[in-house]
Amino acid sequence: MSATKTSDIGVVVPQRARFTQPLVLRCGTTLADYELVYETYGTLNAAKSNAILVCHALSGSHHVAGHYADGLKNIGWWNNAVGPGRPLDTDRFFIVGVNNLGGCHGSTGPATINPATGKPWGADFPLVAVIDWVHAQARLADYLGIDAWAAVVGGSLGGMQALRWTITYPERIRHALVIAAAPRLTAQNIAFNDVARQAILTDPDFHGGHYYERGTVPRRGLRLARMLGHITYLSDDAMAAKFGRELREGELRFHFDIEFEIESYLRYQGDKFADSFDANTYLLMTKALDYFDPARECDGDLSATMARAHAEFLVISFTTDWRFSPARSREIVKALLDNHLDVSYAEITSAHGHDSFLMEDAHYHAILRSYLEKIAL
Amino acid sequence: MNVPLPSRADFAAIAGWVRPGTRILDLGCGDGTLLNYLVAHRKASGYGVEINPGDVLTCIQRGINVIQGDIERGLSDFTDGSFDYVILSQTLQAVKNSEYVVKEMLRVGRQGIVTFPNFGYWYNRLQVMFGRMPVSHNLPYNWYDTPNIHLCTIADFEKFCANHNVRILERIVIRNGSTVSLLPNLFGSLAVYRFERG
Repeated sequence: MSATKTSDIGVVVPQRARFTQPLVLRCGTTLADYELVYETYGTLNAAKSNAILVCHALSGSHHVAGHYADGLKNIGWWNNAVGPGRPLDTDRFFIVGVNNLGGCHGSTGPATINPATGKPWGADFPLVAVIDWVHAQARLADYLGIDAWAAVVGGSLGGMQALRWTITYPERIRHALVIAAAPRLTAQNIAFNDVARQAILTDPDFHGGHYYERGTVPRRGLRLARMLGHITYLSDDAMAAKFGRELREGELRFHFDIEFEIESYLRYQGDKFADSFDANTYLLMTKALDYFDPARECDGDLSATMARAHAEFLVISFTTDWRFSPARSREIVKALLDNHLDVSYAEITSAHGHDSFLMEDAHYHAILRSYLEKIAL
Repeated sequence: MNVPLPSRADFAAIAGWVRPGTRILDLGCGDGTLLNYLVAHRKASGYGVEINPGDVLTCIQRGINVIQGDIERGLSDFTDGSFDYVILSQTLQAVKNSEYVVKEMLRVGRQGIVTFPNFGYWYNRLQVMFGRMPVSHNLPYNWYDTPNIHLCTIADFEKFCANHNVRILERIVIRNGSTVSLLPNLFGSLAVYRFERG
């Protein structure tokens, strides 16, 4: 084991890259040019063999670790796992975080000006798929001079990107860390996403997605979408332990304002999210989740699909994750076993449901750290 | 890689049987000691299956492929005949459905290898004769904390194989690290078998 002393990466600075080679998207539309915002931590070695791509999930961004000089509280979404001496050790690896196409943190997306109209894309921004993100990430790798990633790492929707990398660019990824993911969504999962989308689409302030020009924000819809999502990211037990039936004022008040503590928590989470995230991006991200199904290319046979992969895998799931349950991770593992690929699978005991992949858990982090330490550079 | 010969007597026997370059599934692989050795010295490939999270972590630290899972729930993630050897070392006596586990071993592997403490070892018999459950080097537990629920003797296992269409290919019986050839069911404390479908 290496040193256990860890620290924050400190101040980080986002960067921007412009790509002028057109990108044909899965939906058939071509993006003539686009920009990606990204951050890097650590140093790329001379052999360029120590690069790790960290893919973000639904609400994440390129800001994976550290904080901004002008925003001490704006800490990266996976700061507990990325930094000097942390599981994704910036003393050893060169780590890249990128905001995906269609995002709302600076990369080309619905709020960007559409060159064809001179107005924001809004709802006209093409529906992007996981494979489109992976193609864009590959161009970013070219731009950074990285032939092959030492590893691509992601949780949830991020794990789907790592999986897609192994199929689409098998020669450009040596290890895939697929965490709290699934090879495709279930009908129940798509159903949750559709309710979230309906909340946004039916908000009178949505204006068919062209709310930027109207000066409105479909806050209510986005807030509801996040509240629903948040319920599904937690476990029943975690909610019971944290909130139970606690009453804010200690007794029933017989009104529709906040009475139970869980209501207070969910409304707060919804409000916070609605203030910081873009509704069009939320719609796009949930669609990308719904569309993800690489086995479609082989008539639903995931094992046949994974025959293209050469990477070594670490697959991780969490016992209380019911949105992307351990059984879904085991589907991925089985497809890898069928192809005699190198794979390890860990099922982490955790109370935090789907959100566990973001939590600082000693055993989970030890698994990540140990796997990454074995990667030859 | 400098991987020492496994210290457990049954590991040495298994390592002697495994042909180079073969595919192995090690059920209940623990900290990966045996698999690590077979990968390093027999150029074997494959996976360990282990339920204990601490052991899973140790396997990952060693760079061994390990699948966290419960072998009692079957080996449904593994396709028929996908391994040369399926190994179950000192675990057969601790599983609830030994019959099912052996059947699954021979479904996913061409050959099975099991090791188990021989309940017929004279020292165990002696303790039972004096009215006590045996505690010994290979059976280190008390009756109230033992994970061993399906203990058997060498004679029992061989009858089981005969009744379940399992052909024994090779047997090594050990006591204190040495091979026992005289009255093995009496003088051997640990049995190691290699077998296939009959």
